[in-house]
Amino acid sequence: MKPRDIRTAATGRTLLPNVWDVAVLILVIGAMVLIVYGGEQTTAPLSELERTPVSLDPSNLPLYALRTTLRMLLAIVCSTIFTFIYAAIAAKSRRAEMVMIPLLDILQSVPILGFLTFTVVFFMNLFPGQVLGAELASVFAIFTSQAWNMTFSMYQSMRNVPKDLEEATQSFHLSGWQRFWRLDVPFAMPGLIWNAMMSMSGGWFFVVASEAITVGNTTVTLPGVGSYVAMAIQQQDLPAIFYAMLAMLFVIVAYDQLLFRPIVAWADKFRFEQTASGEAPASWMLDLFRRTRALRALTLPFSALNRAVSNLRVPLPRLRPAKAGNPPSRLIDVLWIGLILAGTAYAAWLTYRYLSASLSLSDVLIAIGDGMITLVRVAVLIGLATLVWVPIGVWIGLRPKLAERIQPLAQFLAAFPANLAFPVFVLAIVRFKLAPDVWLSPLMILGTQWYILFNVIAGASAFPSDLREAASSLHLAGWRWWFKVILPGIFPYYVTGAITASGGSWNASIVAEVASWGDTHLKATGLGAYIASATEAGDFPRVVLGIAVMCILVTLFNRLVWRPLYAIGERRLRLG
Amino acid sequence: MPSVNAACVSVDEETIVLDQPSALIDIRGVCRSFPKGSGEQLLVLDKVDLSIRSGEIVGLLGRSGSGKSTLLRIIAGLVTPSSGSATCRGETIIGPPNGVAMVFQSFALFPWLTVLQNVELGLEALGIDATERRKRALAAIDLIGLDGFESAFPKELSGGMRQRVGFARALVVHPDLLLMDEPFSALDVLTAETLRTDLIDLWIEGRLPIKSVLMVTHNIEEAVLMCDRILVFSSNPGRVAAEIKVELPHPRNRLDPYFRQFVDNIYARMTQRAEPKAPSIEGIPGTGIGMTLHHVSSNVLSGLIETLAGPPYHGHADLPVLASQLQFEADEILHLGESLQLLRFAQLSEGDLMLTEAGKRFAHLDTDARKKLFAEHLLTYVPVMGLIRRVLDERPSHIAPATRFRNELEDYMSEDYASETLKTVVSWGRYAELFAYDEQSETFSLENPG
Repeated sequence: MKPRDIRTAATGRTLLPNVWDVAVLILVIGAMVLIVYGGEQTTAPLSELERTPVSLDPSNLPLYALRTTLRMLLAIVCSTIFTFIYAAIAAKSRRAEMVMIPLLDILQSVPILGFLTFTVVFFMNLFPGQVLGAELASVFAIFTSQAWNMTFSMYQSMRNVPKDLEEATQSFHLSGWQRFWRLDVPFAMPGLIWNAMMSMSGGWFFVVASEAITVGNTTVTLPGVGSYVAMAIQQQDLPAIFYAMLAMLFVIVAYDQLLFRPIVAWADKFRFEQTASGEAPASWMLDLFRRTRALRALTLPFSALNRAVSNLRVPLPRLRPAKAGNPPSRLIDVLWIGLILAGTAYAAWLTYRYLSASLSLSDVLIAIGDGMITLVRVAVLIGLATLVWVPIGVWIGLRPKLAERIQPLAQFLAAFPANLAFPVFVLAIVRFKLAPDVWLSPLMILGTQWYILFNVIAGASAFPSDLREAASSLHLAGWRWWFKVILPGIFPYYVTGAITASGGSWNASIVAEVASWGDTHLKATGLGAYIASATEAGDFPRVVLGIAVMCILVTLFNRLVWRPLYAIGERRLRLG
Repeated sequence: MPSVNAACVSVDEETIVLDQPSALIDIRGVCRSFPKGSGEQLLVLDKVDLSIRSGEIVGLLGRSGSGKSTLLRIIAGLVTPSSGSATCRGETIIGPPNGVAMVFQSFALFPWLTVLQNVELGLEALGIDATERRKRALAAIDLIGLDGFESAFPKELSGGMRQRVGFARALVVHPDLLLMDEPFSALDVLTAETLRTDLIDLWIEGRLPIKSVLMVTHNIEEAVLMCDRILVFSSNPGRVAAEIKVELPHPRNRLDPYFRQFVDNIYARMTQRAEPKAPSIEGIPGTGIGMTLHHVSSNVLSGLIETLAGPPYHGHADLPVLASQLQFEADEILHLGESLQLLRFAQLSEGDLMLTEAGKRFAHLDTDARKKLFAEHLLTYVPVMGLIRRVLDERPSHIAPATRFRNELEDYMSEDYASETLKTVVSWGRYAELFAYDEQSETFSLENPG
C-alpha cells in the first residue's frame, strides 16, 4: 500500500462540497458572528450598563441568552486550561500533591456564591469602571463551580494511567510533553468530559445568580437571563419570568445538542477498553459534520496543529521519580512540610486577626447555630427527596422504553437553573401567607433532587436481568424484594446522586433562604440567609465567617456520612 | 535468604570466555531489591551476569517472582539496578537506551490511536519527518502481516492481531535488540503458535530489521522452540540457575525426541531445587511464618490429587505430560505441585509429581473427612496457620484483626506477597473450617456462622 492511499481514506471521498456542507457552514459562521457580537459588548464602560438598563421586553431575551451562554463558554475554556495545568502538576510532583489535593478538596466544599462576594469586589477593582470586571467576576463564579471536580477527575486519571502504556511511552523515548498529550490527556478524556457536562449543568444556576448581585455599595447588573429575572421580580412581572424560563430551556437544549452530544460521541474513541462493547453514543450534529466533505478538510489543519503541539520539544522536568530504588530526600521533605505548616499558621493568624477585630465569640455561635438549622434542612430534604424519587426512579428504570424517554428529561431538569423558577414559589408563599422558615426550604432542593432521580433510573436500568429473574423465581416480593434485591443493587448509583444533590443544596441555600417578590422580602433562618444578608450589607468579616462555617459543615458531612456510604457501596454492592 | 541455591548455580563458563567488548548488552553482578512492607529491602535479583551478542535469541525462563521481568526492565532502562553494572554497547544504561525496543505482554497499544498511528508513535518520538515515517510504518505493517488494518483501532482487532501491532511498533524503529516480555502468554494456544512460527520464519530469513532478541517466558516449550540460549532462573531471590544452549536447527519440531528431551531436562532442572536439601527448607520458598503461599483454590488441589490418584497416573506423573493433559502452563503446574508438596500430599522430583501416602488417602475420602485431613496438614505444615489458630484460641474474645498477621508477614516479604499469602490462608482456612474470616472488618474469628 502506498502512503497516498491512506490519506485519501482518512479524509473522506473527495473535497467537493456537498449539501451538508452548506448547512454546517451556515452554523459555523452564525456561531462566529454571535461570539464576536456578544464579545464586543463586554469592553464597554460600566456607565453603558446604566444608560441601557435591562429591559423586560421579550425581544431582548435572545440577546441576553447569548450573553449568558458566552459567559458559560468562556468559563468552561478557563476551567479546562486550569485543569490541565493544576492536575498535571499535582500528578507529577509528590510534594506539590501534598498541598494541592487537600486544597482542591476544600475548594470543592466552599459555597460558590459566597466566593462571589469577594471576587466581585476584586475584579471590579482590577478593571475600575469597565463592564469587563463584572463580566470576569461572573465568569469566575461559574469557573469555581466547574474547575474543581474536572481537575479531580483529570488528576485521578493521570494517577491511574495503565502501567504498560506508561512503560511503552518511556521505552519509545517519548518526551514528557509528548507523553502528556499522547497518553495522559487522551486517557483522562472520557472522565473529564463527563465531569465537564455535570459541572456545566450545575453552572447554569450560578451564572443566573451571578448576573445580578449586590455587594455592599456595589450593585452589578449584567445583561443576561439572570438579571432579566431579577428585574422581573422587582417589577412583579410573572409573564416575564415564564419568558425567561422558556429562553433558558432553549439555550440548554441547544448547548446539549450542538456542543456536548458531539463531543461525547467523538470522545467515545478515548474510552479505555480493549474490546468493542455496548452502543456507541450518537450525535446528529457530529454525523452532520462527518458527512460534510469540504468542512472535514477544514479540520485537517486542526489535527495537524494537534500533532505539531504534541510533538513540540518542550523540556519538562521529570518530577515523579520512576525508580522505586532511591527514596526521595527526607531532609527536603521535612523542610517542605515545615514550610507548609508555617504558611498555614500565618494564614490562621491573619484570619484570626481580621475576624477578631470586628467579631466576637457570640457571632461565631450564631453562625454555627444557623449552620445547624441549614444542616437539618438539607438532611430532611434529601431524605424526603429519597422517599419520593427512589421508588419512582426504580419503577421507571425497570421499564427500558420509559426510562429512555424520561432519562433525558431528568438530566435536563437537573441542568435547568432552579433559581429562575423561585419567584413562582415565592409568589405562592406570599399569597397564602405560608411560614418562610418551612416553605422556603423546598427551593434548596428544587434543582438538585433530579440528580437523585436520574442516578436511580440509571442504576435500575443497569440492574442485571438475571438477578431480577432469580428474585422472581424465588418468589421474592414486597418489602423483601425492595430491601434484599433492588435497593442494594441501586445503592452505589443512589449515593452518587445524593452526594451531588446534597452539595448542590448547600450552595442553593444562599439564594433559597432569602427571597423577594417586589417589595415583599422573605427570610428563613439559616446559614444561607446569614451569608446572603452579610453580602448585601458588604459585611466582609461575617461573610468570611459564614463561608468558613459552611465549608467545615459540608466537609464534615461529606467525611462522616457520604464517604463511608460511598465506600460501602463500592466495596459490597457494586455489581459486576 | 539462605544460600541453598549456591549448589545449583551452574553458569556456563563459556559465557565468560566468549564475552567480548562487542557484546550488545552486558550485565555484570546486577542485584535489585524493592522495599518490603516493613521498610526493609527485598532482594529479587541476586548477582546476575548476562551478555547478549549479535544474532542470537536469548530466553529468560523462570517462575513468576524469579526476577526475570525485572532483569528485562533493567535492560530496557525502565528499572535501575541496585548494584552491579548494566551496559548497552559499552555505555551504562540510564533510561531507555537507543536501539532497544520492547514488546509487551498486554500489548500496551494506545486504544485511541489507529494501527498506523500506534506504529508511527515511536518514530514520531525520534523526530523522523512525516513521509519517512509513513514509509517505514507501512513497511513494518506489511512485514508483520497487518496489511489492510492500517486504519483500524486496536479494540476492533483480535488478540493475535493486536500483538502483531505491538511487534510492528517495536520493529519500525529498527532496534538492535528486541525485548519481549511474555509476548504470547495473553494469547490463546493456536494464535500464539501462529505468531511464534511467523516470527521465527522472518528471523531465519533475515527479514527482521533487528540484530538480537531477548525474551522472557515461563513456557518451557516456547523457550526451547525459539531460543538459541536459555537462562533458567531460580526464585527467591532470582538467580541464573543454569544456562542451556539449544543447538537444534530451525524450524524446530515439538515432537522431535531431542526436543522432548530438552523440555524434560528443563522441567527436571526447575523441580530439582524442590527436592528437600535441609530439614528447615524442604524446597519451599521461605520458612516458618515467612513462607510465601501462592493462591491455589482448594478445589483445584483436590481435583489434581484425584487426577493423580486415578489412571493413567496411579500416583506418579511426568510434569510435562500432566501439564499438557490439563492445559496448564509450566508455571502453573509447578505452583500446584509445590502447594501439594508443601502440604505433604505430593512430592516433586526430577520433573515428576508423586502422591504421598496422605495424598492417596485424601483421594478416597468423603468431603468432611477430606476437610479434616486438610486441616491437620495445614496446622502441621503451614506455620502461619498454626499461629492464627493459636492466637484465636488464646484470646478470650476469639477474634483477631488480619493486620496483626499481615504486619508479621510483611517482615519477611513484600506487600504484594503478604496479601497473596493472606488470601491463601483465608481460603484454605475457610475450606478446612479452621476459622471464620470477615472481609468487611478484616478480622479472623472462631465463630461459626451457623
